[in-house]
Amino acid sequence: MSEMRNYTLNFGPQHPAAHGVLRLILELDGEVVERADPHIGLLHRGTEKLAESKPYSQSIGYMDRLDYVSMMCNEHAYVMAIEKMLGLKVPERAEYIRVMFDEITRIMNHLMWLGTHALDVGAMSVFLYAFRERETLIDCYEAVSGSRMHATYFRPGGVYRDLPEKMPQYLDSKLRSAKKLEEINENRQGSLLDFIEDFANKFPKNIKQYSDLLTDNRIWKQRLVNIGIVSADRAKQLGFTGPMLRGSGVEWDIRKNEPYSVYEKMEFDIPIGVTGDCYDRYLVRMEELRQSTRIISQCVKWLKANPGPVMSDDHKVAPPKRGNMKDDMESMIHHFKLFTEGYCLPEGEVYSAIEHPKGEFGIYLVSDGANKPYRIKIRAPGFSHLASMDEMSKGHMLSDVVTIIGTQDIVFGEVDR
Amino acid sequence: MKQLKKQLVKAFGKNSISESFKELTLVINSEDVIDVCKQLRDDFNFSILIDLCGIDYLTYGESDWNGNASSSGFSRARQAQQSSVHKEQRFGVIYHLLSVEDNQRLRVKALLSLDNLMIQSVTNIWNSADWFEREAFDLFGILFENHTDLRRILTDYGFVGHPLRKDFPMIGEVEMRYDEELGRVVYEPVSIEPNINVPRVIRK
Repeated sequence: MSEMRNYTLNFGPQHPAAHGVLRLILELDGEVVERADPHIGLLHRGTEKLAESKPYSQSIGYMDRLDYVSMMCNEHAYVMAIEKMLGLKVPERAEYIRVMFDEITRIMNHLMWLGTHALDVGAMSVFLYAFRERETLIDCYEAVSGSRMHATYFRPGGVYRDLPEKMPQYLDSKLRSAKKLEEINENRQGSLLDFIEDFANKFPKNIKQYSDLLTDNRIWKQRLVNIGIVSADRAKQLGFTGPMLRGSGVEWDIRKNEPYSVYEKMEFDIPIGVTGDCYDRYLVRMEELRQSTRIISQCVKWLKANPGPVMSDDHKVAPPKRGNMKDDMESMIHHFKLFTEGYCLPEGEVYSAIEHPKGEFGIYLVSDGANKPYRIKIRAPGFSHLASMDEMSKGHMLSDVVTIIGTQDIVFGEVDR
Repeated sequence: MKQLKKQLVKAFGKNSISESFKELTLVINSEDVIDVCKQLRDDFNFSILIDLCGIDYLTYGESDWNGNASSSGFSRARQAQQSSVHKEQRFGVIYHLLSVEDNQRLRVKALLSLDNLMIQSVTNIWNSADWFEREAFDLFGILFENHTDLRRILTDYGFVGHPLRKDFPMIGEVEMRYDEELGRVVYEPVSIEPNINVPRVIRK
């Protein structure tokens, strides 16, 4: 008999199912995975080091680029850390806008996850549908911040500007008929809030569409049920958070347990799984889509009824109005100081965590009293999730590795930082 | 949180617990890390290690304005910062713990000196510490005793140095390019100059 040897497979870093730049060294016995060793760091940009050399407000843009599919949630954790240290009060309207965009971001993230996860497992069409709806939400980002992805919209003290009164519309083009133009501009007649409301009304139907395609699909279930089971105890040991922890049946959601912003005023439910396999995590995230839509509807209702300021009027932190700067000496000084030097935070350290779509996203900020952070540690949920790759894929087939990468919802911007 | 603070004071003594910004910090002796962490997990229900990170206190509390400003700019901001103050305990390892059961958080801090940059690994208490400790080793050079697989994690294969230390320049030390004659990638000392646009100031 010939001697059998384990087979080592290099998966990625340019594999389409590796979700970016993951390099996995898989040790296989036949087609069964014996050991998985993820090599990360191929997208390491040194965000923490860079942030140490810049005034606080200049690092907000870096936060967008961490988890580049849920941009505003990253910003939220960062500005919350600064506000916590400064003891800065944020206007209520800004808090509602933040929560609304956090949830829009959550939907964007979950749509991305759903599309690519289904694509990895072999269902092409869900990807197309998911990205169709994601496009609508990216338009909301663009309408409010001018940028489709890297918004830099949340600022210490509030948000950059109020929601626009008018939603941008498609222009006449040779490529489409007048009738088509009218059709695609139909939900863009009012303000951004009307546009989001229209989305929130339509979206539950779309979620049903996705789940019709997947939830009872035989192939989908064969690929997901009982794959990558993590018990509640193991999930805690491995430092899971977010849907990964809830999929294993642990009731933990920072929005409920340590409510920040105005989450305590929102009505929503927390879905949890039972067995802790990939299918449960799929169901949890699908339910989160519905719950996020609920939160968005509540925010839209409140925002429509309550106009007001969206930025703190503490001009040590928030820039003064451009008009005031023209003839008000103090405003001009504030503006000059703010953009040449920034603001100093009191000495100390804080940890601010939010319920990011992927789990707990935390910013540990150490300040020595300067205008730049002394140290920033970004606690990315994907980092601990990916660390469990070895345990989750052990004993599974090679094709299940792809499912497990999908269910972990990995984005390398935040894993590598 | 008040109750937790009381219990912690009872278990670890008054001097090691501090509260700021509504967060609790427990400063421990680096040799006791295993005992303390076991106690925290088993008696205080801190079942999740949320985060573990290193910190370098080399230039803590120093600003660029103290240096000599000349017509060509701030020399201190242009040179790699070399602190004159010798910090006895320059490094720290910081653990962020979460208790899902009691909805509590705690920060645990252990300080280390450069001569003895070694601390016991907590991977056997919380398995999630594995990669976090690898990261702290990679970025700060802190050694974790009894860690089974202490390799670099974020930096490149064959990287030299620990980039998040304060004496490591932000522009790095080497740059990489493809050499056509040699037909391979070569590493050379960096050719760019360090530049700081906004000096670091401390205002009380």
